[in-house]
Amino acid sequence: MQLALFIIFGLLAVAGALNLLFQRHPINSALSLIVVMMSLAVLYWSLGAEFLAAAQVIVYSGAIMVLFVFVIMLLNAGEEERNTKGSKVAYIAGIPGAAAVFCLLTFVFLKEKQQLGYAMLQEMMTGAVSNLTAISHQLFTSLLLPFEVTSVLILVAILGAVVLARKEL
Amino acid sequence: MVPIAFYLILAAILFCIGIAAFLIKRSVITIFMSIELMLNAVNLTFVAFSHMWRAVSGQIFVFFVMVVAAAEAAVGLAIIIALFRARQTLNVDQVNLMKN
Repeated sequence: MQLALFIIFGLLAVAGALNLLFQRHPINSALSLIVVMMSLAVLYWSLGAEFLAAAQVIVYSGAIMVLFVFVIMLLNAGEEERNTKGSKVAYIAGIPGAAAVFCLLTFVFLKEKQQLGYAMLQEMMTGAVSNLTAISHQLFTSLLLPFEVTSVLILVAILGAVVLARKEL
Repeated sequence: MVPIAFYLILAAILFCIGIAAFLIKRSVITIFMSIELMLNAVNLTFVAFSHMWRAVSGQIFVFFVMVVAAAEAAVGLAIIIALFRARQTLNVDQVNLMKN
């Protein structure tokens, strides 16, 4: 069952990412990124991270992507121009570099497949302790200071966004 | 039962598609979205390793990455709006004031 989930939603995520790459209109790219994020949420759940699956749906596809779609709508962003030449370095070094990184990572992961082990859904289904308990325990005891600092970070981000998006900049 | 390696390879695929989109795309909004895609791919790696080690530290790391990504999206989109007001364009090729 987990293999089926992985194959279906993994392929959906890759298809969405490729669609992001090939679509020319930003709104199409944004909607395919939402597909990627939702299928990643399912994959998080299949790895036993149900809190993160919920947070992924709420924060990423709910909040961040709505912000993106609003900005696309606000700026009335049209299709990209076709006949612009991109950066040469990007094509000469960037694309082969990305392919090389991918090949290297895939080689290493396949080589260490046995050591990396297997993901099981069953033990999560019958698991006695929810990982939400474990996460909140760590977050509110040993990691309380970083957790509180994030609130300052968000406050600074709000102020920065308001200042940057003012009319008279 | 799925090998953890498959999840890691999926994350590598998504990350490399993100790199390619970052390099190829010319619209600044799409470039910003490909950064989010790369962040998501790294998050998948964190969750896979967290499952492998039976530890929640990786999931807490993903939580903080999400918080930072939300803050980054807010500030970045504000910068994009300011850029559009100043230059009337979203094409990165035409934003070359500091080039040369």
